Amino acid sequence: MSSHSHPVTDATATRPVEFKIWRGDAKGGAFEQYTAQVTGGMVVLDCIHQVQAEQAPDLACRWNCKAGKCGSCSAEINGKPSLMCMTRMDTLPADQPVTVEPLRAFPSIRDLVTDVSWNYEVKKKIVPFKPREPDRPDGTWTVFQEDVERVQEFRKCIECFLCQDVCHVLRDHHKHDEFIGPRFLVYTAALEMHPLDTADRIADLKERDGIGYCNIGKCCTKVCPESITITDNAIIPLKERVVDEFYDPITRLLRIFRPK
Amino acid sequence: MSVPEAIVHEHDVIVIGAGGAGLRAAIEASAGGAKVAVICKSLLGKAHTVMAEGGMAAAMGHVDDRDNWEVHFSDTMRGGGYLNNWVMAEHHAKEAPDRVRELEAWGAVFDRTKDGRILQRHFGGHRYQRLAHVGDRTGLEMIRTLQDHGVHQGLDVYMEMTVVALLTSGGRIAGVLGYDRERGRLRVWRAGAVILATGGIGKAYRITSNSWEYTGDGQALAYEAGAEIMDMEFIQFHPTGMVWPPSVRGLLVTEGVRGEGGALRNSEGRRFMWDDIPEAYKNQVALDEEEAWRYVCGDKSAQRPAELLTRDHVARCINREVKAGRGSPHGGVFLDIAWIKSRVPNGEEHIKKKLPSMYHQFMQLAGVDITKEAMEVGPTTHYCMGGVRVDGDTQMSSVPGLFAAGEVAAGLHGANRLGGNSLSDLVVFGKRAGEHAARWAKEHGAAPVDSAQVEAETARALAPFDRPNGENPYAIQSDLQDVMQRLVGMVRTKSELEEALGHLDSLRARAAKCGVSGHREYHPGWHTAIDLRNLLHVSEMITKSALLRPESRGGHFREDFPAKSEECTGFNLVARRADDGSMDIDRRQRAPIRPDLQAIIERMK
Amino acid sequence: MTRAPLPLPQAPGFLETRRIDRWWIQPTLVFLGFGAFIVYSTWAALQGNNYFTGGPTHPGAQQLLSPFYSPVLWDAAGLHSGHAWFGQQPAWWPSYLLFSPALFILPFPGLFRFTCYYYRGAYYKAFWGDPSNCGVGEPGFRGTKYRGEQKLPLILQNAHRYALYIAILFIGILGYDAWVSLWSIDAEGAKHFGISVGSLVLTMNVVLLGSYTFGCHCWRHLIGGRQDCFSCHKHQHAAWKRVSWLNQRHMLFAWMSLFWVGFSDVYVRLCSMGIWTDWRIVG
Repeated sequence: MSSHSHPVTDATATRPVEFKIWRGDAKGGAFEQYTAQVTGGMVVLDCIHQVQAEQAPDLACRWNCKAGKCGSCSAEINGKPSLMCMTRMDTLPADQPVTVEPLRAFPSIRDLVTDVSWNYEVKKKIVPFKPREPDRPDGTWTVFQEDVERVQEFRKCIECFLCQDVCHVLRDHHKHDEFIGPRFLVYTAALEMHPLDTADRIADLKERDGIGYCNIGKCCTKVCPESITITDNAIIPLKERVVDEFYDPITRLLRIFRPK
Repeated sequence: MSVPEAIVHEHDVIVIGAGGAGLRAAIEASAGGAKVAVICKSLLGKAHTVMAEGGMAAAMGHVDDRDNWEVHFSDTMRGGGYLNNWVMAEHHAKEAPDRVRELEAWGAVFDRTKDGRILQRHFGGHRYQRLAHVGDRTGLEMIRTLQDHGVHQGLDVYMEMTVVALLTSGGRIAGVLGYDRERGRLRVWRAGAVILATGGIGKAYRITSNSWEYTGDGQALAYEAGAEIMDMEFIQFHPTGMVWPPSVRGLLVTEGVRGEGGALRNSEGRRFMWDDIPEAYKNQVALDEEEAWRYVCGDKSAQRPAELLTRDHVARCINREVKAGRGSPHGGVFLDIAWIKSRVPNGEEHIKKKLPSMYHQFMQLAGVDITKEAMEVGPTTHYCMGGVRVDGDTQMSSVPGLFAAGEVAAGLHGANRLGGNSLSDLVVFGKRAGEHAARWAKEHGAAPVDSAQVEAETARALAPFDRPNGENPYAIQSDLQDVMQRLVGMVRTKSELEEALGHLDSLRARAAKCGVSGHREYHPGWHTAIDLRNLLHVSEMITKSALLRPESRGGHFREDFPAKSEECTGFNLVARRADDGSMDIDRRQRAPIRPDLQAIIERMK
Repeated sequence: MTRAPLPLPQAPGFLETRRIDRWWIQPTLVFLGFGAFIVYSTWAALQGNNYFTGGPTHPGAQQLLSPFYSPVLWDAAGLHSGHAWFGQQPAWWPSYLLFSPALFILPFPGLFRFTCYYYRGAYYKAFWGDPSNCGVGEPGFRGTKYRGEQKLPLILQNAHRYALYIAILFIGILGYDAWVSLWSIDAEGAKHFGISVGSLVLTMNVVLLGSYTFGCHCWRHLIGGRQDCFSCHKHQHAAWKRVSWLNQRHMLFAWMSLFWVGFSDVYVRLCSMGIWTDWRIVG
């Protein structure tokens, strides 16, 4: 939840570390014990690869860039939703086994791999970007840096879905049919606050997307590997826009006299 | 279909790969009225394009109005050692600005100039400020924009699928055979046209900036289908990859660091890049550090820092310093951005704002604060200039109906790619491939699938399961990476290349006997066994092509032939499968360049 | 492409987690902190006395008024704070009901805090375990019947901005109280300027409450966040940036102002009871 600044100094000394890795599928599973030989600077994903290469060649794990840029290797490490490729071993307590398990807010496929296809279905339903008419004859727009900065924060998202995983509305209450989760509230915020966008998603937010299910526990913000201020900068401003549109009698009255 | 277990899908156009090129191709093919499927090895939006940091080159002239397509064209040709496909270089320079504007219209949010236009930054080998960018995560912006736009264009996306063979019929393309990684079930996609957009080959090397997906699938599949593969000797070693700690060795440090003023220093603190400036760039390099800094600040009368010379050259200079014993403690050199704090007010914030991912990456993975300390960097395998030989207008390969775009295609970059020309390559030629593939599929329709081929390829794909006690494929892949890193790396000689060929033969023999056990669901060992076939093909292409180019140029450096040879400017090397199954490499004479384009090059020299 | 959905993993049981840090500390501290404040403020509000110093009945002392009791609509019977808007406890007040000036006042700032975005997230966790903490299982009874703020009753939290409007009025009133605390009245009724520790306490109180109130998420939205084009609304953008600075520290100011407003009452109360002396620094 914070960046670590311990310098990596000793990459030659090796120490054994116990791992408890969840093995199983949709029908069920259990933790199995493995031991990895850890040197300085290694991350959890390195250990998983070591286990794959030497002890369990069929251990399923999803990963891709190993640089914290693609958001594929999401898992729960010692109970905390994290990217395996960005969790350095020397930031974990050395004296106890490291538990690694799949995301809990999504169906299990096998071992550390979960079925995240729900996220792709949700995104498809959100009204796409619709820009205003271009400002210039060459089809471009005049937009200033201060206009895009807020949206650029949201567009840092690497779609690792850790925020979806930690959100209790999905994780504990299984509201997948009524709530789109923090990731897609951020996505909607990026569209709604886009200086060129003309589409309106406020009614969808209130009803179909279930923004009211968010009870602002900020767990999503805490796990975001891109440090996007999800709750304060995306979700709450959207909630306020929903209030403007549906719950505030004064703004509703004003709209009668001052139509958009 | 005589393979009972295969699931069959019908489409007009199949796109293999969902990075920038694949998605742009799919969007265009769909717009052309084709029924399009996108098949990708990862989840949608995770492709290697997300790793691109610096920006996309397009001569829009927003920051420097001296820029235009002719300057961009000549920069690209010069950077490529004049081995580029000049048709492609022309299309690329002319069309890139439209592709950038199109991304903006689809929702991309680029950094802005003070007058509200798309901002452009400096990059190695580009004469003017040319790279449209979003901080240091431009690739993410591109892929997300294309993905979010694409899902509303009626594409069928097949995620986490591995393609094991291209199906052909009477010499033309007929479809694709693959399996889903989740369950291991085989699938056949029938189609009129297939577009390869599978990216590069970095995983043939030990130290690489590339993700696991980069196993040369497209090059190998096309080769097996009879297509010609060109320029494979040209591998770009990015000069600045992380060297410490070992687990992230090779991870990219964006050229943007140097674009923002980052200095390369050796252990003596000397900015060694000024010690050796190539003839072709003599007029384009600053005389001293003062002038270089003025260039970084946007002074149009100043010339660039020597750190911003082309990647091949910078990589070799770093290599030279390390070999001479002037390297950093972990075998690299120092890349220092912290020094600019003496030149800009509020320097720490400035660095964090301009290079957020780099700050984050070093802080988190190495415990180094780049606003205070220098980074340790060294060369890393980054990009494959070579690939499927395509027609410069249509992107069709020598196999009718088979197209290629992006890194998997050869031509645009010649012997060396300029930074920033890759993202623009993806969308310029992705669009062209999509457009022409859709047209070709409409004109030629689908071809029958040869069930004997499906059966044979299925059996080949599943063969590792028949040898549960065979050798672990990981071990073979690891040995292959060592051979390529050690013998076919940045600096090559005849004897080492020949030695490598011997190793490749024995690795191929071991791979034929490798085995896996257990189920087919998400089986990483099995996936590695399949990747291994592709890696062996491309490794052989690289090694054989490197042997047959007796000169040094761009991404190919021969210690035994350290100079550029005039004779070698006249040909490209092309690999193709001979009738007996062995690999043939031949010299293909280059078509003479169109006189008007030659005139541009002369004028810009 | 589509296939039968795989079953979701079973929701974690109550307090189930594989977190190994001391995750219970944070909600426990919040519970204790809020709990202590609620207990004390309720007690203090019900006292109906010792809520001021100075004024006509205590000549010479700085005029301090407890923020729990400000503004004073009616003084409690027999007390003359000098702050009352409408004089003494009204005759129509039923004798069987306890009277305290604070009862008319405290619900409003209370409502502002109750509906505050920061507090909501904090007390949902600390007081009804929804969730207990990030990645920690909840009590099972809610399950899929969870309503959040999507439905009644908590949908009413959307009225937060109206609580804000009232809270802003209170900032003005408390600012006036801080000004008044710089003056004492002597036996002849003449006003004298002076600064006591109590004046500083009440001034600090209004600064902290103001920092909390003007860092409100609603305020941030209304002042400029609702615009998509900042360059088209330069003043709103400038205001939004300043409010954003406070908003980033909303939790900090929420706690500091909560503590300080309680302490202000303690201070005034003890001085009024004669246990503490309000030392004068200037004048």
